[in-house]
Amino acid sequence: MNTAVRFLKSLFLLELFRGMRLTFRHLLVRKVTLQYPEEHTPLSPRFRGLHALRRYPNGEERCIACKLCEVVCPALAITIESEQRDDGTRRTTRYDIDLTKCIFCGYCEESCPVDSIVETHIFEYHGEKRGDLYMTKDRLLAIGDKYEKEIADARAEDAPYR
Amino acid sequence: MEWLNSTYQSLAEFTTWWFAQPAVLIMLQIVMIVAPLMLAVAYLTFAERKIIGAMQVRMGPTRVGPRGWLQPIADALKLIFKEIVIPTGANKVLFVIAPILSIGPALAAWAVIPFNAEYVLADINAGLLYVLAITSVGVYGVIIAGWASNSKYALLGAMRSAAQIVAYEIAMGFALVTVIMAAGSLNIGTIIESQAGSPLHWFWLPLLPMFVIYFISGVAETNRAPFDVAEGESEIVAGFHVEYSGMVFAVFFLAEYANMILISVLAAVMFLGGWLSPFEGWLPASWFEITGVGLLLGHGVHWLLIKTALFLFFYLWFRATFPRYRYDQIMRLGWKVFIPITIVWLMVVGIMILTGFGWWFD
Repeated sequence: MNTAVRFLKSLFLLELFRGMRLTFRHLLVRKVTLQYPEEHTPLSPRFRGLHALRRYPNGEERCIACKLCEVVCPALAITIESEQRDDGTRRTTRYDIDLTKCIFCGYCEESCPVDSIVETHIFEYHGEKRGDLYMTKDRLLAIGDKYEKEIADARAEDAPYR
Repeated sequence: MEWLNSTYQSLAEFTTWWFAQPAVLIMLQIVMIVAPLMLAVAYLTFAERKIIGAMQVRMGPTRVGPRGWLQPIADALKLIFKEIVIPTGANKVLFVIAPILSIGPALAAWAVIPFNAEYVLADINAGLLYVLAITSVGVYGVIIAGWASNSKYALLGAMRSAAQIVAYEIAMGFALVTVIMAAGSLNIGTIIESQAGSPLHWFWLPLLPMFVIYFISGVAETNRAPFDVAEGESEIVAGFHVEYSGMVFAVFFLAEYANMILISVLAAVMFLGGWLSPFEGWLPASWFEITGVGLLLGHGVHWLLIKTALFLFFYLWFRATFPRYRYDQIMRLGWKVFIPITIVWLMVVGIMILTGFGWWFD
């Protein structure tokens, strides 16, 4: 009995027709493709992209050279050197992130007690020559200055869940 | 003024004389068949990428030209400008001859395809035999390509595809024998005319199992998914044409797609009445007299094209649906399933003809 049913099923290609019905239904389905440069997927406020160093509203840089980020960084991508400034505060003289080492885990941002080092929404960046992806303190601060509003907005949006 | 006039006259005479030469006429007809065919091949690749994309809930090519419509032209240009690499260990002569051997038969078979009641390049009495003979030659292109490449993958692919084509050619031939029996002729025009009446008179109904077997064998014959072990990119890279690049690769590609279209046209001609209108026998005869509309409803090349497009869609649909057969399963299907069924149906058709079964064999 079972063999006979199986024989007839395979002879009349029943399962093949079922498969073809499935693919035909998908032919008519709305397509999910996103035309990338023109369209973007929505990004979470927690998105971890390019790094930035922030400043206080009065223009003072936030970083106090506690080196927690340097310690926590699992890829050893952060290098910090610091000294005492004339007003007695401790500040970095060097704050480098090697983006070719960085794994964008976000630990630096998590560990920062003053919300200085952050990761922004920017993910479309590139380097054209050697060293372009080695971010120095000046460049990180420049990114922070340029995108301060977006950075602050994303932090504010995510604040209730932190 | 006088000499200009006479020059013009002699030029016109020369032109009329030139176009009256049979060889020139035939060349023109060949161009009229091959040029649209090449365009159809180009846009078949586009349709393939679009339809398979749609079945996988993607969009397919959209970038080149409006909605991607210039994609095949971009592909062709790219292939033209690529270098043709001939491997050091290859047999140069055979390596270059193989793609020609592959595309030649794929195009030559079109000579006997009737596009409507009048338009057929060569109206020969053994038309179907000619098609079978010519398409069989195509396998030499594959075998020679595989051997001349001096590469283990190419050789494996060529051997697989040769065995497969030989196996399915038999089932295909038997399926066509039933068509010949039903039509009582080897001439393709006569085969179409013997299906006249209505869609229920077409041979797909009395020969339904043969129809299915013919088309599946055709898919196997052209080495298309799910029978594409000859290319089997997961095992043997690309099969017989691994070593080919640039334009010689494009020629293999053209041959494969021209063969697909040929199999589809043949299926339409043998089983779906070729250029016969599906409305024949349903609508009152006066409807076909209406100018314009009657031309669309009546017999014509457009019906052949629509039927062919249907089969081509099935090719793409199969490719989007079925995973590749294992090699021994392909052989089992060909030898142990298709050939016995065709032989049984050969006898059934014989009985149907003897008893004048239905309205097909009266």
